[in-house]
Amino acid sequence: MKQDFSELRLDRVTRRFATSSGETFIALNEVTLTIRRREFVALLGPSGCGKSTALNCIAGLLPPSGGTISLDQTRIDTVPPERRGFGMVFQNYALFPHMSVARNVGFGLRMRGVSQSEVDKRVADVLRMVQLSGQEQKLPGQLSGGQQQRVAIARAIVIEPPLVLMDEPLSNLDAKLRLETRSEIRRIHRELGRTTIYVTHDQDEALSLSDRIVVMIDGMVHQVGTPQEVYAEPSNIQVARFMGYRNVIELNVEREEGDRVILSGPDFPLTGTRKQALAGGRAQVAIRPEDITIGDGADTANTITARVDNIEYSGRDSLIEVLLPSRVRVYARSATPVKLGDTVRMHVPAARALVYPLQ
Amino acid sequence: MTGHPGGIPSQSDRALLLVVPATVFMLALFIYPFLYGLLLSFEPTQGGWLENYRKFFTTDNLWPTIWTTLRLAIPATLINVGLALPIAFKMRVKTRYQRLVTTILVVPITLGTVLIAEGMLTYFGPRGWLVQTLQFLHIYEGSIRLTHNYWGVLISLVISGFPFAFLLILSYITGIDPVLARAAATLGADAKAQFRHIYLPLLAPGLAICFCLAFVQSFSVFPSAVLLGAPAGPTRVISIAAYEAAFEQYDYSLASAIAMIMGFVQLIIVAAVLALRGLFYRGPVVGGKG
Repeated sequence: MKQDFSELRLDRVTRRFATSSGETFIALNEVTLTIRRREFVALLGPSGCGKSTALNCIAGLLPPSGGTISLDQTRIDTVPPERRGFGMVFQNYALFPHMSVARNVGFGLRMRGVSQSEVDKRVADVLRMVQLSGQEQKLPGQLSGGQQQRVAIARAIVIEPPLVLMDEPLSNLDAKLRLETRSEIRRIHRELGRTTIYVTHDQDEALSLSDRIVVMIDGMVHQVGTPQEVYAEPSNIQVARFMGYRNVIELNVEREEGDRVILSGPDFPLTGTRKQALAGGRAQVAIRPEDITIGDGADTANTITARVDNIEYSGRDSLIEVLLPSRVRVYARSATPVKLGDTVRMHVPAARALVYPLQ
Repeated sequence: MTGHPGGIPSQSDRALLLVVPATVFMLALFIYPFLYGLLLSFEPTQGGWLENYRKFFTTDNLWPTIWTTLRLAIPATLINVGLALPIAFKMRVKTRYQRLVTTILVVPITLGTVLIAEGMLTYFGPRGWLVQTLQFLHIYEGSIRLTHNYWGVLISLVISGFPFAFLLILSYITGIDPVLARAAATLGADAKAQFRHIYLPLLAPGLAICFCLAFVQSFSVFPSAVLLGAPAGPTRVISIAAYEAAFEQYDYSLASAIAMIMGFVQLIIVAAVLALRGLFYRGPVVGGKG
């Protein structure tokens, strides 16, 4: 396969599985996507959304049931994985347990018939890059989880693949190592400039690593955008829920003024911002706990008074749970200390109350 | 393990009691008969204490039985392991045929050597179905002798030994994480290279164990050597020699000596194979955590 390309295209890629009960399960439903050279793209979604299936189709480990995958003008979905030449990092590392670190990393080069002296040189270079120099002769079983994952990354990038595929590479690491390895992955991508597709269910990982995020839910692409767009402007209510808009409240639509929507409910009136065309008299409002401020805001119209029902302390701030008279729970983050049972005034800017049609 | 102060036996001390039944069993049914036979082999009916061993290695119808047996057991073992490996490799992925094929391949285990021998006498005999079919189809019209000679015994050893080798290797292969082969594929290894660089090295220790078990099973061949072979000549295996000494000459001492020699030959081959096994990686056959 050629060493570089300008874009990878997925065109209506579908993958169906037969379940044990004989039914068909659609893991990937007509996914269309274009990934440009040097981009770092995250496939983000809850488990079972088809993101790993998509990655395996791109890698060639799973044949699509329909649609095409092409690299520029070349169709690759019928090419076997060993001839695609993409580097892949697996969730459980998939290091060859009987080979030393050096032999694991050099495997792809040996398969390409690279001379032993060249293999040694490139393995040494890449191990320096992932900070594993001196560990060459160890077996994978003698390394820690974080080291094993760095060997797996080194093994995938040493072949200088046009495309690096990563399938939840950090999910088996503890919190501290996860952050360290995350920075490492970002640094390696910046240094090598390899196009990378990264599968994760962790929105923080996707936000911090990617140039673009593809949000997948139930086998379909729901939104493609920059981290800022996906974080601040979810395209629909499912994406909003997944991206941490923990408060989803059903209200009546009074009237619409431009993209501003005036809503009313049993507890309070609210002005929000429309994100999708509304239909009927009801709508859903999605608000992040971080976007609610405790205390009076400038816009007194969007202010609610309620009693604190639960507090979860998390260091820099606390997650506060308030109970509205209509038994609806609202979650907010507060840096100022509050006590259980206090009555607090909370404010949300109209721009940060996102209004979606009721589904 | 020392007991805790106060004389209360610790958890592990009491756990050791669980070993007692198995130890008694081993002592009564394996160690004692073995030592009994070993001592008996040094008490010949006449001559010095090594007379039986001297006799075995100087009598023309005794010592060659080692070769005769090895000539059957080693090819049979190689065929069984060599045939089972590729078939088990093909069967490693769960398909709807896997269960069916596995069942068919394993059926001979349930039959027993004598039944297989009976069947082979009819099927492979001079007027058996195989010869008749070949002649009817004009494929081969010369005389074929596959019974009452070396080949009859070899075929029967393959039929009865193959299922064991197959089941054993299948369990080793399915224990290897398939993600390893997929990782190798993304690194440029085609099916052949995946087998050579991933499966074979990880299977090697298991194959050695499988070879040992299949070999020991073939080396102690007796019924098929008598029923399907030529027990007076080409398939006069070592167990026949032991049988004759014990039940035709009533020389239990010589029979014990032959049994000891038989065990010793097996031990040499098994030790050699296990020593080779030590050269390979032995450890978990998955690629990391999870």
